[in-house]
Amino acid sequence: MSQLVADIHERCGADFVGSHEHRGDLTVVVRPAALLPLLSWLRDRSVDRYDFLADLCGVDGLHLDPFVMGSQSSLKASETGGLHIWPERFQVVYHLKSMGTGKRLRVKVPVPESNPEIDSISSLFAAADWAEREVFDMYGIRFRGHPNLKRILCIHSFKGHALRKDYFIKDQQWLLEDNEALMDELGDVGENADDGGFSELIPLNIGPAHPATHGVLRSLVKLDGEVIVKSVQEIGYLHRGFEKHSENSNWTQVVPYTDRLNYCSAMLNNVAYCRAVEKLLGIDVPPRTTAIRVIISEISRIIDHCVCLAACLVDLGALTNFWWLFALRERAYEALEGLCGARLTSTYVRIGGVADDLDALFIGRVRKLLAEMPAAMGDVLKLIEKNRIFLDRVKGVGVIDTRTALSHGWTGPCLRATGMAYDLRRAEPGSGYDGYDFDVATRPDGDSWSRLMVRFDEMIQSMRIIEQALDKLPAGPVLSDDRRVMMPNKEEVYSSIESLMNHFVLVYDGIKVPMGESYAAFEGANGELGFYTVSDGTGRPVRVRCRPPCFYLYSAFGRLIQGAMVSDAVAVLGTLNVIAGELDR
Amino acid sequence: MGVNTYYANRQGFFLTRLDQMTNGLTNWGRENSLWPYPFGTACCGIEFMGVVSNTHDVSRFGAELVRFSPRQADLLVVAGTITHKMAPVLRRIWNQMLEPKWCIAFGVCASSGGFYENYSVVQGIDHIIPVDVYLPGCPPRPEAFFEALMLLQKKIQQEKSGSHDVLRTPQMAHLRPDAGESR
Repeated sequence: MSQLVADIHERCGADFVGSHEHRGDLTVVVRPAALLPLLSWLRDRSVDRYDFLADLCGVDGLHLDPFVMGSQSSLKASETGGLHIWPERFQVVYHLKSMGTGKRLRVKVPVPESNPEIDSISSLFAAADWAEREVFDMYGIRFRGHPNLKRILCIHSFKGHALRKDYFIKDQQWLLEDNEALMDELGDVGENADDGGFSELIPLNIGPAHPATHGVLRSLVKLDGEVIVKSVQEIGYLHRGFEKHSENSNWTQVVPYTDRLNYCSAMLNNVAYCRAVEKLLGIDVPPRTTAIRVIISEISRIIDHCVCLAACLVDLGALTNFWWLFALRERAYEALEGLCGARLTSTYVRIGGVADDLDALFIGRVRKLLAEMPAAMGDVLKLIEKNRIFLDRVKGVGVIDTRTALSHGWTGPCLRATGMAYDLRRAEPGSGYDGYDFDVATRPDGDSWSRLMVRFDEMIQSMRIIEQALDKLPAGPVLSDDRRVMMPNKEEVYSSIESLMNHFVLVYDGIKVPMGESYAAFEGANGELGFYTVSDGTGRPVRVRCRPPCFYLYSAFGRLIQGAMVSDAVAVLGTLNVIAGELDR
Repeated sequence: MGVNTYYANRQGFFLTRLDQMTNGLTNWGRENSLWPYPFGTACCGIEFMGVVSNTHDVSRFGAELVRFSPRQADLLVVAGTITHKMAPVLRRIWNQMLEPKWCIAFGVCASSGGFYENYSVVQGIDHIIPVDVYLPGCPPRPEAFFEALMLLQKKIQQEKSGSHDVLRTPQMAHLRPDAGESR
């Protein structure tokens, strides 16, 4: 047992339930009473300083085998992957990370079904605010001391809790009453009690059907003239139940759903998800596959940044850039389409490999894209880099410092725009980017301008990575030969009974991921794209939790636009690159 | 248009019935200058950006003037998944558009809910508003949108004067007629 676990055990005393390590993830389970002091200690006084809350989610263990989990279990951690420590129906899972040492720690808190209530940690981490609301929405777990505990993704009149295992996936609930008002959250800001609640401030609703909110985001603001005094965000307009669908599919069937999380860079989601499942399975992919994944990930990153920059610039009135960046994007789509047959939603990556090998046509197209990119980016930069009108709208607008950004769970380009060189491609070994020569792009100011420019810088770095990957593309197969996830060759299926059975079982039952849980993070286009997966060995996931970077980015939006003008809010929103499919899942 | 071409070519004038001529002219004008309102919510919205961008260029069909005000648009392009939370918003946007107006359900999610058969997604926008053209695909390619647009243009060509409103009874299976109006 490591020193950290011993320390935690000593601090929590009787509230310590257990700990285990599975696939390199360290997990400690503590009772609710110990949660707040433990996390506070871990953040501020432990040796490693677990100062970053990567994610917070709930898990429902209703259908888990009682002989595996709970007190009856005589199984060991090695047999269950840690699932034997499951004393209550629900668990709230906290994924912590130490930014100093790069270590990760998972803290799990069992929550009883009879009284699902635990302490809120939103006083420790700003990121927990929305995440706890989501757990409340999905599981009905209440958080004591939460400032604003109400539903976040589902409609407010929703009966029941969608991610509980006993909620039937197709049980639709129509929004019949108009109770989506946000006025209660805005509160009595600016109202004069002596004057019968009269307010000089103007309430203004922005979105969800508004061009600058990209169709699905809604803010209600109170304005003093044109200055935003307070704002409230409403999300969930594109909540499509990704996590519920995942629990009702087998592991392979989840891949198409991941396409539609961040639909600007579907390949990245595929890669992140498949890596997470591979980690849980404990299998490695061939080196050629790793290189192919790097190439398609970086192309996706370029596409995502193109769309973000183009959309943001259009929102700010610069339409010409849109044409140039989208011409670039079309070139990239041409390449991806040749590879997998679809433009946006690729479903190209498989658990244990990729669907097809690269061909010369694809490589040629990518080389052409790389050749065209500098000119197109130069054209765009020429229009904006010294453009006074543009600079006035983005420089010094929506400033955030690194500390606040981290507290909100920011990662990716937006965090790097505050000057912190944190990139999972570099920070986490085994990400597939080992051996590539590239710089982690940063900008120091933390304003909208930095967030845009970091994306330009990253596109250049992505080009470098793709070039290197194409140059030293290893030969070999693109699929793992692990028979737990890969079907045998057709010749073998027709000639040997073992292969035939293997084929049959894989088709019939799907991939059977052994019992256990793991969290794997990947550098998505917007930041840390993590997948927390729990398997009970049946072939269907118990839980697939997507850690959406946008969700945490957008949770700081209200803070960013406070005191800014309405037009600044548009600029800030554009630079955050909030993709609703990922935000609302 | 019902024009007698003999007279039109030989004599410098032409004969037609008044209602036929105005009808044909109006339809011709309408079909070639559709102003779309892109109600883009999801992946399809990104592909709709591809439709209006330079490579595919929807202006070849006269429908490039994208309006974000329902008052100025006559073609509602619902590009993306519509959730129950969004449903009253969509209904309200549709109600705010002035007649004559048309609607294209861009992609399977808008057409039928797609593979999101779950608690939060409306299983096709025709539960809320009338649809003229259903466009399959997840998401549809820009070329597919052009086909949908041409189908719609054909439909507009054949519309009879005054029939527009009568033919299209909105199916209000679930939402109140005034849903989305009271906020």
